Amino acid sequence: MSTLQREPGERVQILDESGSVVGDLPEISDERIVDIYADMVLARHLDGRAVSLQRQGRMGTYPPMSGQEAAQVGSAYALDDPDWIFPSYREHAASTVRGMPLERTILYWMGNANGMDTPEDLNIFPIAVPIATQILHAVGMAWASRLPGHSDEAFVAYFGDGATSEGDFHEALNFAGVFDTPTVFFCNNNQWAISVPRERQTASETLAQKATAYGFEGVEVDGMDPLAVYSVTKQAVEKAKNPDADELRPTLIEAVQYRFGAHTTADDPSVYRDDAEVDDWRAKDPIARLESFCRDRGLLDDETVTEINEAVRSRVTEAIEAAESTARPGPEELFDQAYARPPPELEQQYAALEALREQYGDEVFLQ
Amino acid sequence: MRDGLYTEMARDDDVILLGEDIGKNGGVFRATQGLFEEFGDDRVVDTPLAESGIIGTAVGMAAYGLKPVPEIQFSGFIYPGFDQIISHVARLRSRTRGRLTCPMVIRAPYGGGIRAPEHHSESKEAFFAHEPGLKVVMPSTPADTKGLLISAIRDPDPVVFLEPKLIYRAFRGDVPEGDYEIPIGEAATRREGSDVAVFTYGAMTRPTMAAADSLAEEGIDCEVVDLRTVSPLDREGIVEAFKKCGRAVVVHEAPKTGGLAGEITALIQEEALLYQEAPVKRIAGFDVPYPLYSLEDYYLPNEHRIADGIREVVDF
Repeated sequence: MSTLQREPGERVQILDESGSVVGDLPEISDERIVDIYADMVLARHLDGRAVSLQRQGRMGTYPPMSGQEAAQVGSAYALDDPDWIFPSYREHAASTVRGMPLERTILYWMGNANGMDTPEDLNIFPIAVPIATQILHAVGMAWASRLPGHSDEAFVAYFGDGATSEGDFHEALNFAGVFDTPTVFFCNNNQWAISVPRERQTASETLAQKATAYGFEGVEVDGMDPLAVYSVTKQAVEKAKNPDADELRPTLIEAVQYRFGAHTTADDPSVYRDDAEVDDWRAKDPIARLESFCRDRGLLDDETVTEINEAVRSRVTEAIEAAESTARPGPEELFDQAYARPPPELEQQYAALEALREQYGDEVFLQ
Repeated sequence: MRDGLYTEMARDDDVILLGEDIGKNGGVFRATQGLFEEFGDDRVVDTPLAESGIIGTAVGMAAYGLKPVPEIQFSGFIYPGFDQIISHVARLRSRTRGRLTCPMVIRAPYGGGIRAPEHHSESKEAFFAHEPGLKVVMPSTPADTKGLLISAIRDPDPVVFLEPKLIYRAFRGDVPEGDYEIPIGEAATRREGSDVAVFTYGAMTRPTMAAADSLAEEGIDCEVVDLRTVSPLDREGIVEAFKKCGRAVVVHEAPKTGGLAGEITALIQEEALLYQEAPVKRIAGFDVPYPLYSLEDYYLPNEHRIADGIREVVDF
C-alpha cells in the first residue's frame, strides 16, 4: 500500500527528532542524502546572512525560512528535471535546489529586477507574493500538460497554512480533482500566518484532510524530517504521472513544521508567540536530525561537516558579492517588459523621464 | 489612525474591527495596537487569511446593524475581496431599495516609497473611485486621518479608506484630542497662491508642497489643494481654485491612464473652460507595473518632476 493511502492525520515520519529511523527509508543514494544535508545547511546559512543584510540596510524586507529547510529541500529533491515548481515568497531553498542561482534570489530581495530573471532552462514559476494565487497557476499548467501533444510532468505548488483559507486554494484543489491534473499541493504548515495561529485558520483537525472533500488523497508528513518529505513527495509525483486506474492524480501534502524566525524582517514574533514554543520546535531541527542520521551511518563526520560548512559559506559570500556588484538597472527597465509592443503613450512617458534625467541629473531620482 | 479607531469604538459598541494580524499583533503598521487589549477579541478580530471572507462577512455584519471596519493589510492584497466590494458593498443599498445598507470602512495602506516587496506599493484608488456607491478617502496628515476616519465610520454608506503608508512613520503632526469630524468630500487648501492650482492627495502632498516652496523662490506662486477625498471630489473647491489661477496641475502616484487626474481635468473643462490659460498637466506614475524597489524612485513623481511640470504650465 502506498504511503499516501492513510488517514490524513496519521503523520508520516522516517527520522525521529534524534535522527533515529522510525519508518521505511526511501530508495535514495547515500550521496543524495548528503546533498540534501548540504543544501539544508546552505539554506540555513543564506537565511542568516539575508537577515543580517537587511539589518544593515543592504537588503529590503526579507522573509526568513529557518526551520523549514527539510520541507523545501526534501520535496525539491523528489522532483525530476522537467517538473515545475510554483513557489510562494518563502521557498528560497526549493528554488535553489531546482537550480535558481543564489545571486538572483538575493538580487530579488534587494529590489533588483535582475533577480526576477529565471534562467531559461529552469521550470520555476515566478514567486507569488499574494497569498494562494500560484496554486491555480500550477493547476492550469498541469491541466495544459495533459492535453494531447504535451508531455508528462508533475507540477508542485508551494503555499503556507494561511493560504488554505483563501478562495483560490479551494478553487485550485477543486479544479485539480475535476480535471484530474498532475498537481502536487505542498502545504508548508509552519503554524503561523504572521501572527495568526494555524488553529485560527480552520476548525479542521488537519489541513491534509481537506483533500478528501476534493476527491483525492491528502497526507500529513513531518515537515522537519527531510527523508519523510522526500518519500511522500516522490510518491505524489509518481502518482501524478502514472496513477493507478482507480486513483486521481493530485495529492495534498501537509508538511508540519515551524518557522523559527519572523514572518519577515518587518515582523516581531515575540509580540504573538512564546519563546518556549519556539524552543520546543527548535528541538526538532531538521538539520541536526539529518546530520545525526548521517553520522550514525558513516556518511558524515567532523571533517566532512566542516567541509560542507566552509563550502556553503564561501558560496553564499560569493553570491552576495556578485549581487552587490550588480549595477542597479536603468530606468528603461521600468518600461521595457510592460508590453510586447509598447503603445506610443508609453514611449512618450519614457522619453519625458529621460528628458528630466538629462535636465536635472540622475541624482535627483536617487534619494 | 489608532486614536480615531479608539474614539469611535469607545463611543459606539457596534464598531467592530476585523482583519489579519490586527489583534494581539496590533496590525502590521501598528494601527490597531492596544485596541485588542482594550476592547477584546469580540471587537478586534483576527480572521482567517481571506480577503473575500473579511469583506464578504462584513457585508452581512453591516446589514445586521454593526459598523464593521475591515482592514486589508496592504491594498495590493484587496483583490480577492474586490468582487464583494464592487458587487455587494457598493450597491447593497441600491439593490434593496434602501432596506439594507452597508455602512463600513474598508481600510488599506497604499502607495510606494518604503522599499517594500512586490504588490506592496501600488496606488489603485481609481478602481474604487470608479465604482458608484463607494466613497474613497485618502488623507495626508495625522490630524486629517483621525477626523476623516471618524466621519467615515459615521457615514451611512461604505467608505474605502486608503492610508498612505509612506507617511505612517515619515513625519509627526499634531492630532487634536477627542471627537472631531473632518467632512468627507471637502478639500483643504495647503498653500494659497495665484499662478497655478496644483491638485493632489495622500502621500503626494508632501513632494508637491516641497515643489511649491522651491518654485516660490523663482517667483511662481502655487495654490496647493489637498483633495483628501477622491470620491466624491470637492468639485466646487477644485473649480474655485482653478478659476483663481487659470492654470492647473494634478499630481498622483497612480498610473496616468485612467487615473483621477483625467477626471479632474475633465471637470475643469466642463465647469471653467473660459478661465483656462494653459493645458492641464498630469504628473503621475508611469503606465507600467510598479517596479521592484530599486527603481521606485524613478517611478514615483518627486519634487523635481513636479516642479518641472508646474513650470511648463506656468510658462505655456
